[in-house]
Amino acid sequence: MMQGARSTLKKHYAAIAAFAVVYLLIALLVTNSYYQLIMTLVLVWATMGLSWNILSGYSGLISFGHAAFFGLGGYTMTIAFVKWGVTPWLGIPLGMIVGVLAAIIIGIPTFRLRGHYFALSMLAYPLALLYVFEWLGYQEETLPMMREAPARYMQFGDQRVYTALALVMLIAAMVISLHVERSRFGRSLLAIKQNQPAAEAAGVNVLKCKMLAIMLSAAVAAAAGGLYAVVLLVVTPPTMFGVLTSAQALIFTLFGGVGVYWGPVIGAGILVPLAETLHAELGHIVPGIQGVVYGAAIIAIVLLAPDGIYWRIHDYLAARRAPESAHAPARAVASTTAAAEPQDRRPAGAPLLELDDVVRTFGGLRAVDGVSLKIKEGEIHGIIGPNGAGKTTLFNVINGFLPADAGSIRFAGSELLGLKPHEVCARGIGRTFQVVRAFPRMSVLENVTIGAYLGASSDAEAMALAYAALERVGLAGARANAIAGALTTNELRRMELARALAPRPRLILLDETLAGLGHEELEGILDVIRQVNREGVTVAIIEHTMHAMVKLADHFSVLDHGKLIASGPPGEVIKNPAVIEAYLGKKWMDRAQHPVS
Amino acid sequence: MTDWQWFFIDILQAFAAGVLVGGTYGLMCVGLGIIFGVMRVVNFAHGDFMMLGMYAAYYLVTGFGVLAFLGPYAAPIAGALLAGPIVFAIGWLMHRFLIANVTGARVISAEAEGHYAQIILTLGIALVLANGGLILFGSLPVSVQTPLSRESWEIGEVLLNKARTVGFVLAVALALLLYMFLTRTSLGKALRAAADNPIAAAYVGVDVDRAHRLAFGLGVGITAVAGGLIASSQSFQPYIGFDFVIVMYAGVVLGGMGSILGAFWGGLTIGLVQQMSTLVLPYQLQNTAIFVVFLLIIFFRPQGMFGRVWERT
Repeated sequence: MMQGARSTLKKHYAAIAAFAVVYLLIALLVTNSYYQLIMTLVLVWATMGLSWNILSGYSGLISFGHAAFFGLGGYTMTIAFVKWGVTPWLGIPLGMIVGVLAAIIIGIPTFRLRGHYFALSMLAYPLALLYVFEWLGYQEETLPMMREAPARYMQFGDQRVYTALALVMLIAAMVISLHVERSRFGRSLLAIKQNQPAAEAAGVNVLKCKMLAIMLSAAVAAAAGGLYAVVLLVVTPPTMFGVLTSAQALIFTLFGGVGVYWGPVIGAGILVPLAETLHAELGHIVPGIQGVVYGAAIIAIVLLAPDGIYWRIHDYLAARRAPESAHAPARAVASTTAAAEPQDRRPAGAPLLELDDVVRTFGGLRAVDGVSLKIKEGEIHGIIGPNGAGKTTLFNVINGFLPADAGSIRFAGSELLGLKPHEVCARGIGRTFQVVRAFPRMSVLENVTIGAYLGASSDAEAMALAYAALERVGLAGARANAIAGALTTNELRRMELARALAPRPRLILLDETLAGLGHEELEGILDVIRQVNREGVTVAIIEHTMHAMVKLADHFSVLDHGKLIASGPPGEVIKNPAVIEAYLGKKWMDRAQHPVS
Repeated sequence: MTDWQWFFIDILQAFAAGVLVGGTYGLMCVGLGIIFGVMRVVNFAHGDFMMLGMYAAYYLVTGFGVLAFLGPYAAPIAGALLAGPIVFAIGWLMHRFLIANVTGARVISAEAEGHYAQIILTLGIALVLANGGLILFGSLPVSVQTPLSRESWEIGEVLLNKARTVGFVLAVALALLLYMFLTRTSLGKALRAAADNPIAAAYVGVDVDRAHRLAFGLGVGITAVAGGLIASSQSFQPYIGFDFVIVMYAGVVLGGMGSILGAFWGGLTIGLVQQMSTLVLPYQLQNTAIFVVFLLIIFFRPQGMFGRVWERT
């Protein structure tokens, strides 16, 4: 599979090169200076779209504020030129640096937000900058003409030179996007887009990925802004920081195709000439025609083809090509390099995970109320209790989704509290979720590969680890290439288990892995869990149904209203009156003790 | 008077202006708050519906002068109030033909995927409205002409602009009426139920799509009235919506997303912040101050003053 990657990479390069040559030939034939300008603008906006796509298309965090980076790029170049005579050849890279710095300043606080909040606050940045630049007195900055050495200052008599420059910039952005798409970094972004908690629990350093994405994205946007200013020779706050500028980046990408590097190129290629031509023909009668075209285009695309034109065509072609053949599974690679060697089961005894007086409250509710327990290396530790007992909250505290209010959690001797989920995962703790958190648009193998990155130094090794994990849970073979969204509950549970096992953890936390399964499926998963445990992985499993657990677990801990009410061998725990009361209620307890005659 | 006394009066003046402006901002935010509360939709076009309300009032009063017979004092008030039903109808149609496709019962439980489409659809609507406004109304700033905006009541040394004061009183009265509608009538209660828990509301027989259509129309209509009230004390052009979107979201987030009453207090606070900021910041940076406050709120208290924490693991 990885060997195939190199040849498809060549195909991508060939396609990009062919596009560049054809575009350049067309540009050379155009003599009308207005059409020459449009040909340049298409490339600038396609680059801007690619910038947006790198952050928002891959990671799913919608940015309405890319004009901030575009504007800073353009203004940095302009101000450096006007005030200190710095040539745009240096000014544009300088603008990119400013853009990246802004990305760091914006990213660190803003990535704490998600969904609506992220989108809204991104909208605020360029608008705030717009007013600041107006206040600073940069209402309209014009680039000075440098007649003595025009080329040194990026001033060319022949418009087509700008087209060529913009083409170089676009090709660079396309190649960057291509490599992002095919890298571990890009796959991690896609995983964040599809299910952030799952990505965190699978060991993806979410903040680092997002920061890298916004920095890269800002550099590309700033370059586009810089060149835009060079081509138009004038900058104003509304054109550089305005809402329409941010919106255009998003619109071209969504129209053309989101999450793929051809998308913004297609989108800008169709919409920019359309809007510009209408503006030229009708602009004097209907001044806002461009905005109307862009708005209408985005409304139409959301209603008719929500992923954009590229994916429409892609899906259509894929459907026509039909089920050609499933990819050959990477079985060969898997079995040779990284089949996890079953370690001898160590005698249960040494505590692997120690919880000491852990407290977690939500407002007045003490969801986890002073829980102390030890999970010993090599055992299967069942954590049971009625609904709302605090079991899942306890797991969320252990793996770092929630901070604890008090207490300590030591794993193999070192403190876990205060670590982020991906750091907990890196220490050797995997987990699954009560409601399966898959990456629904990725294949089973890709899903598990995301989890395997932590244990691997290369893509090939991660893939091999993933395949080995799939074999352990019985999902190897043809099902490995199925799309996760199409799996049955049973298969999803197994896939999630494989994702947790892929980086070869010492402890796995299973949250109601048995829920919603039929009798035979249940037995199948129980066998897998026992086998995994025999190979040396310690298991902590949450359930609220007792009978399957009695057969599986070596040790029971019972939670009720956030408190640990019993702990011990299953046989003893289920006879404990407090446990019976918690499960059946006081009335039944009384009846059990004083049977009605 | 001494410098200190002047400074004190400046503060009082800014405070009074802040409360007066804040009242209309509060009404605006209530409109947005209803939509967000009931539909869980971020409506980016909300500012542009407000812009439509401003122009509706402008054409009724000054442009075509349909309401001129009411005289220069009553006409702007009638214009602002009439902007409500006009924009309600536009919003109702927008929901029926566009927004209902990406919202409602079938997507309300979907995670990020559903929101993605909604945000982008409303952005598209915003662009069409703002630029369509440019085509229809022109780019020259206009305002509703009334002597009210040039007259003031004096309380001690503090001047209360008449147009703003009337706007404030009407805004508070409308907000109270709306509050009674939501708490006393069965229709209002159904709306609140849908806002509180859309899925549960659907289970107990609230027609979610109908509740949404009503909420959307009502939300944009109320904001349009607020826009109409502002139209006589501030000049505007078709692009004004984008500035106000942030103002309104700042208020709604401050009040707590999902809390309709909270939205009013949030809007009032934002008005205060905007006017008080002129004491220390240059006039052009008024809106920048709001953006900064907005960012601070979402960083430090995203659940707002009256909201609760939504996110669960």
